[in-house]
Amino acid sequence: MSEAVIKTEKLTKRFGDFIAANEITFEVDKGEIFGFLGANGAGKTTAMRMLCGLSTPSSGKATIAGFDVYKQTEQIKKSIGYMSQKFSLYEDLTVLENIKFFGGIYGLTNQQIKTKSEELINHLGLQQEAKKLVVSLPLGWKQKLSFSAAILHEPKIVFLDEPTGGVDPVTRRQFWDLIYDAADRGVTIFVTTHYMDEAEYCNRISIMVDGVIKALDTPRNLKDTFHANNMDEVFYELARGAKRGE
Amino acid sequence: MEAVVVKNLVKNYGKDKIAVDDVSFSVKPGEIFGLIGPDGAGKTSIFRVLTTLLLPDGGSAIVDGSDVVRDYKQIRNKVGYMPGKFSLYQDLSVEENLNFFATVFDTTVEANYHLIKDIYVQLEPFKTRRAGKLSGGMKQKLALCCALIHKPVVLFLDEPTTGVDPVSRKEFWEMLKQLKAQNITIVVSTPYMDEANMCDKIALIQSGKLLSVDTPENIIRSYPEQLYAVKAGNMHRLLKILRDYDQVMNSYAFGEFAHVSFRNPEVNLNEVTTYLKQQGMEDIELEKTAVTIEDSFIKLL
Repeated sequence: MSEAVIKTEKLTKRFGDFIAANEITFEVDKGEIFGFLGANGAGKTTAMRMLCGLSTPSSGKATIAGFDVYKQTEQIKKSIGYMSQKFSLYEDLTVLENIKFFGGIYGLTNQQIKTKSEELINHLGLQQEAKKLVVSLPLGWKQKLSFSAAILHEPKIVFLDEPTGGVDPVTRRQFWDLIYDAADRGVTIFVTTHYMDEAEYCNRISIMVDGVIKALDTPRNLKDTFHANNMDEVFYELARGAKRGE
Repeated sequence: MEAVVVKNLVKNYGKDKIAVDDVSFSVKPGEIFGLIGPDGAGKTSIFRVLTTLLLPDGGSAIVDGSDVVRDYKQIRNKVGYMPGKFSLYQDLSVEENLNFFATVFDTTVEANYHLIKDIYVQLEPFKTRRAGKLSGGMKQKLALCCALIHKPVVLFLDEPTTGVDPVSRKEFWEMLKQLKAQNITIVVSTPYMDEANMCDKIALIQSGKLLSVDTPENIIRSYPEQLYAVKAGNMHRLLKILRDYDQVMNSYAFGEFAHVSFRNPEVNLNEVTTYLKQQGMEDIELEKTAVTIEDSFIKLL
């Protein structure tokens, strides 16, 4: 039986008169790769901030890994990992120092950090780079390392905000291999992207337009519903009427 | 005369960091030329040399007949440049920004209004709003107007669509097509491979080196193997099986399919399907598929 690790019901966020996220309702199962798509300004970031326990909703309900987004934000933060292209690693620290830092932040013991560091460095093939500053790594390596750091503490859910922006097509695919591996281990993946081919790699997708979830289904069903050949066409069909910009 | 000629261009940052490594290409007047590659490929460095904001360390570059080192002042008058990072005056209104850029180039908004008209009408309702308060899409449109207002011969657009959703990206390329119709040469960079098809000619770039320069059609045509699209229930498992299959030359995920090329050009597809079934795959679909620029880029890496 599937087990929902993200549950929202009519989750809403207002800023004055502006309704950034309007009664969004959905569930994400354990181990699922869930694509959270939408036009610029649709309210994705606002919704994600509520789910991460960083922003208190105006109304509605949501639980993340069983914890309430109003009252249990600290427990939520311990149960999730977060990575975005904008915020990832500390460039002036070495690879090892970054792992140690994130391990510490997420509350791992020194022994756990030591074991995890070795595992991670071997897994990513970063033995030669372990003592180099992150600034000297190619972008693709940074992204992979950053993702690995975000799941170092084995969170129930990892939130990825446009994790593959600007990355070359081969590295982008290697990154998705890491995502699949994590999902196979039972980590739930919540990911935003502007690459529509990546939307196809998700188990299910939601498309948000002007604060509302306009569609939510598997890529296959969405394409059938909208008589589209690919996700690009589905997205275009739904988002072209959007009123809001970023 | 070519609009842009780049010959053996080199740009270093310190002795170990070669940002642009012996790059050569040329752009014909009225062409849309795309520099396609990931972050850190050297796209911005090339733009900055061509717009005379950086001196090259080797090679040469000529824009509309003027040398980027010797004739830099002439170049500045005849090119438009939209950097990747929003660089207009945030505290000036839409109107004020546009007037400012027109005045700097010793012209008026009225003189070249026909160039920006189609784009500017969408901004007009917000003309008194400060640039810093505009939405992302609007900022981008204003930046394009400001880069056009002195009627440049060549327009340089550095990643105008990065981080922009697919709908807005499509709109932006429509605007570029209209500018092309007005005979403006456009050099544009992008990390999105699917945008390559909107260009007349493209250069694929990675780690400072050009992998290929040609029309998108020719790049696609020169792909050496027949490409197949495969689908089966579980994509992640399918990819693993394909990777370990000795008949397979290359395989990788591509949207809802995996793209595969085989070592043997006369591959027996029934044999492949049988193999995949033996490995426990179900609902197998396997057919020839068209090559895209992304496939070409992956092949060239």
